[in-house]
Amino acid sequence: MPDLLLELFSEEIPARMQAKAADDLRRMVTDRLVAEGLVYEGAKAFATPRRLALTVHGIPARQSDLKEERRGPRVGGPDAAIQGFLKATGLASIEEAKIQRDPKKGDFYIALIEKPGRATLDVLAEVLPVIIRTFPWPKSMRWGERSGKPGALQWVRPLHAIIATFGLETEETDVVSFAVDGLEAGRTTRGHRFMAPAEITVRRFEDYEAKLLDAKVVLDPERRKDVIRTDAKTLAQAQNFELVEDQVLLDEVAGLVEWPVVLMGSFDEEFLSIPDEVIRATIRNNQKCFVVSDPGTRKLTNKFILTANIEASDGGKAIVSGNERVIRARLSDAKYFYESDLKTKLEARLPKFDNIVFHEKLGTQGARIKRIERLAAEIAPLVGADVEKVKRAAHLAKADLLTEVVGEFPELQGLMGKYYALAQGEDASVAAASEEHYKPQGPADRVPTDPVSVAVSLADKIDTLMGFWAIDEKPTGSKDPFALRRAALGVIRLVLSNSVRASLSDLFFKAITLAVYFSFRPEHGYSQLAATWDPQTEDGAAEWTEPRYMLFLNSDGFIDRNRDLIGMHQIGNPDLGSHEDEDKYTERAEAYEEFNRRLSRLEAVAGPFMFESVPPLAQFSAVSNATERLSSEEFTKLAMDTLTADLLSFFADRLKVQLREQGARHDLVDAVFALGDQDDLLMVVRRVEALGKFLDSDDGKNLLAGTKRASNILSIEEKKDKRSFDGTPDAALYRLHEEKVLAKAIGEVKAEAGAAVAREDFAGAMSAMAKLRPAVDAFFDKVKVNDDDAKVRENRLKLLNEIRAATRAVADFSKIQD
Amino acid sequence: MDAIPPHMRPERSFQGLILTLQRYWADYGCVILQPYDMEVGAGTFHPATTLRALGPKRWNAAYVQPSRRPKDGRYGENPNRLQHYYQFQVILKPSPSDLQELYLKSLAAIGIDSALHDIRFVEDDWESPTLGAWGLGWECWCDGMEVSQFTYFQQVAGVECAPVAGELTYGLERLACYLQGVDRIMDLNFNGRDGDEKVLYSEIFLQAEQEYSRHNFEYADTAMLFDQFRMAEGACRKYLEDGWKGSDRKEHLMALPAYDQCIKASHVFNLLDARGVISVTERQSYIMRVRELAKACGEAWVHAEAGRAS
Repeated sequence: MPDLLLELFSEEIPARMQAKAADDLRRMVTDRLVAEGLVYEGAKAFATPRRLALTVHGIPARQSDLKEERRGPRVGGPDAAIQGFLKATGLASIEEAKIQRDPKKGDFYIALIEKPGRATLDVLAEVLPVIIRTFPWPKSMRWGERSGKPGALQWVRPLHAIIATFGLETEETDVVSFAVDGLEAGRTTRGHRFMAPAEITVRRFEDYEAKLLDAKVVLDPERRKDVIRTDAKTLAQAQNFELVEDQVLLDEVAGLVEWPVVLMGSFDEEFLSIPDEVIRATIRNNQKCFVVSDPGTRKLTNKFILTANIEASDGGKAIVSGNERVIRARLSDAKYFYESDLKTKLEARLPKFDNIVFHEKLGTQGARIKRIERLAAEIAPLVGADVEKVKRAAHLAKADLLTEVVGEFPELQGLMGKYYALAQGEDASVAAASEEHYKPQGPADRVPTDPVSVAVSLADKIDTLMGFWAIDEKPTGSKDPFALRRAALGVIRLVLSNSVRASLSDLFFKAITLAVYFSFRPEHGYSQLAATWDPQTEDGAAEWTEPRYMLFLNSDGFIDRNRDLIGMHQIGNPDLGSHEDEDKYTERAEAYEEFNRRLSRLEAVAGPFMFESVPPLAQFSAVSNATERLSSEEFTKLAMDTLTADLLSFFADRLKVQLREQGARHDLVDAVFALGDQDDLLMVVRRVEALGKFLDSDDGKNLLAGTKRASNILSIEEKKDKRSFDGTPDAALYRLHEEKVLAKAIGEVKAEAGAAVAREDFAGAMSAMAKLRPAVDAFFDKVKVNDDDAKVRENRLKLLNEIRAATRAVADFSKIQD
Repeated sequence: MDAIPPHMRPERSFQGLILTLQRYWADYGCVILQPYDMEVGAGTFHPATTLRALGPKRWNAAYVQPSRRPKDGRYGENPNRLQHYYQFQVILKPSPSDLQELYLKSLAAIGIDSALHDIRFVEDDWESPTLGAWGLGWECWCDGMEVSQFTYFQQVAGVECAPVAGELTYGLERLACYLQGVDRIMDLNFNGRDGDEKVLYSEIFLQAEQEYSRHNFEYADTAMLFDQFRMAEGACRKYLEDGWKGSDRKEHLMALPAYDQCIKASHVFNLLDARGVISVTERQSYIMRVRELAKACGEAWVHAEAGRAS
């Protein structure tokens, strides 16, 4: 069967777009062929900087003929129906239709429609221009004379030629005859821009690929990558060095050349005083060259590997020396940046953060650093870290963001902080935290283990999460612009892999307290907000109606109920105090008083921080103290509880995703969280693990089945009686031995499992649970729950309820899937 | 080409490089213009590019444009950063289909042999927020060094380019450093002579770099500049308003004087920015204000003689 060759020859296509474009071309053409009933044998697409190429082989030469029967109106039906039928089927008159006999419903017309298949060449001529015109480039452009007219072709860069041939392997191929925006499809292209610019005429893919190779174009990007990788390794090894492999760079470089020629250059050894990562970033990002290391020391050497696009007449000498000059200039910039960074102490950069906005509603980077410092200090004892070191580490961790090197290479953030911290004589753990507090970045990233890093990393992530939660910028669907899912997963991994015992709610409370003081608090305090009501302003809203304030002030709906009263009182009313309005006046005054009281309670958060450096108060934690104040007030506590519960359920979801990915049962997470008050992730996971093991055992399976059976019966009977069966069963009403045994077992198991849970011995709690099983089994075996005596029945239902209650010592079994 | 005397050769003379490029593009058929007589940040600001890129009329021009970037000043100490440098600008409307070949031949004319050097077109999409302009193209590399910008304008001053113009910008100092084999711009041979007759780039511009850096970063009168910005903005709007010939707003008679005020505002903004008196948030709003002026000028231009269809 015949093959299709398609080439779209253009000016240089951006490297990053080539792979997807080749894929899109293959997909669009083959999808269209299949939609046209042309099933092909295989297809492959290629991209170089100047061309997209596609070969589809084994396409039928014609579409098959289509025969279709279409049912029409009944014989003798209304004329309008018959005319419609003729129009829809293309029949000239109703005599052309067959009549189908149907003794039951009456005879009706049948049209036989025959659609002869078209030649594939014609189909291609129709579909290819449409694909070219609608090709999904990330960015496309117009060019040349035709761009002045509407409907001009858009392509990624100017398109110069189209090859489209179709034909059998053994015969001459036909050109698919079409034109796009004045460009006629044909069979000519060009070779390498500099080494073989002449025209090439081709028949089909085989000679196309071979002729291109003769014309110094390697069509297949994978082959170009192989050449670059192999030659680069060989060049490095020839000098006993090792290529530092870099897949992303390789992909890009292969998209910048049609004829890769790998060359090695060098730079002055004095530049090796710059950290390796900076050298690599400079050479890689700016010059798209590979770096080379010494296999013994793993340190970089003063060599680099470049990929040229030509075999130069001097063997590449001029190219190497040109690249060396550029790299020298780039490295001297980098060296200058690095050395001038070293002249400024990290802490000296901090004041500038007060002028840099982190997020419009979360204040400056400066405020953020202050929050992280304090939260990290609170976390320090929980992870066994030295508090002073943690404070210092958190203080400096972000400072490198303002260094020149990080300004130039943002991907080196953290790492440069570590280098600069070490250079100014900081403790090794303090320095390491600059780099490690960003970790883990993704599911594959390493989790820090140094307690100082763990504390700062947790503080950074929890602060971010709580902050965005408080201003209601949560991730929705696929949108997570602040990478909050990643932050939550980071917290989970930090806690689990370092076995950190911590109450998340407690940390969330502290984080929100810090935000209330450092980020949300107006410059002159919360009371200032009381003076800002003015419904006459353009946007009609006072500052205190912003979500971050409403979160607290309106946590119980107070503002919703009293908004107008407060407003009226604030702007003053000439009739105030007049006799008939006295009730209203009192109502307003009370609302306004409560409003002011709330502001002053929020303001109370400031006290502990204002005096935190004053002895002897300095020995107390200002954060704990301030959190205490906010928790003791109902409306603030309510706000914090709501936020915390919401964020915790987000964590539960992340944990489920994490466990599911590890192949664990995520429904068990629900079963544990459903117990309530579960905010210690390590305990949650231990419980889930023990529960998982228990449910794998026969005892576990049977107990689960028993518990479910109890629950089912209960819910049916509860519905029937429209009541619940809470309360202790009456021992006097036990009629059967099995009832007594079960009641006894429940009592014992409850106590034993409860004690084990208190010891955090979840496996122990599960084995205690297992003892319940024979009694439950025997009960269901011998005892009829719905006894004729209503009292006995009620008592038995209460006993069933007790089974359910007993299992809640370890998990909510009703949430477990079978 | 053999007739070129040594002191005029692009590989040893800065002015020789400029003259060679002018000659090359003159031979192609461009009008060779002189620099615009106002301070601009790039050759693109010259009305011969910004405004002439708009409208349907054919337009081929080339010129040198001194470019001022107050923030890039380094008191003459950085080897390749200056607050004042030269760009060579070519604008061809509509973009000819062999524009890449024309460009490569211009490189050959200044002595860059494509059989010896690795010339590459590396993706670089161009956007000027202050001009309300964007285009697609490349930075052109020679042996790993960026020597030119190559752009197909898609939109300028908020107006779609129809037809599209091709723009080439040669960074002359950098190109000359490469050709002359020197690492510092200040070391360039300006006039291509030897011995006592030789004039270095530094002899002409080092003092200027030092003085202007001082001015741009430390002494520029910010109160005056804020006033100037407002005045230029006001004047631009006034000329745009007064320039309409009739109330039907079909023909504009003062697009060029109005655009001068837009250029003025843009440069004043750059100076204020260099002085560090514009905060991050304000910065965006100033850029928007200049862009609005540029857009309004573009709108006037397509109703003016040289920007109209007929």
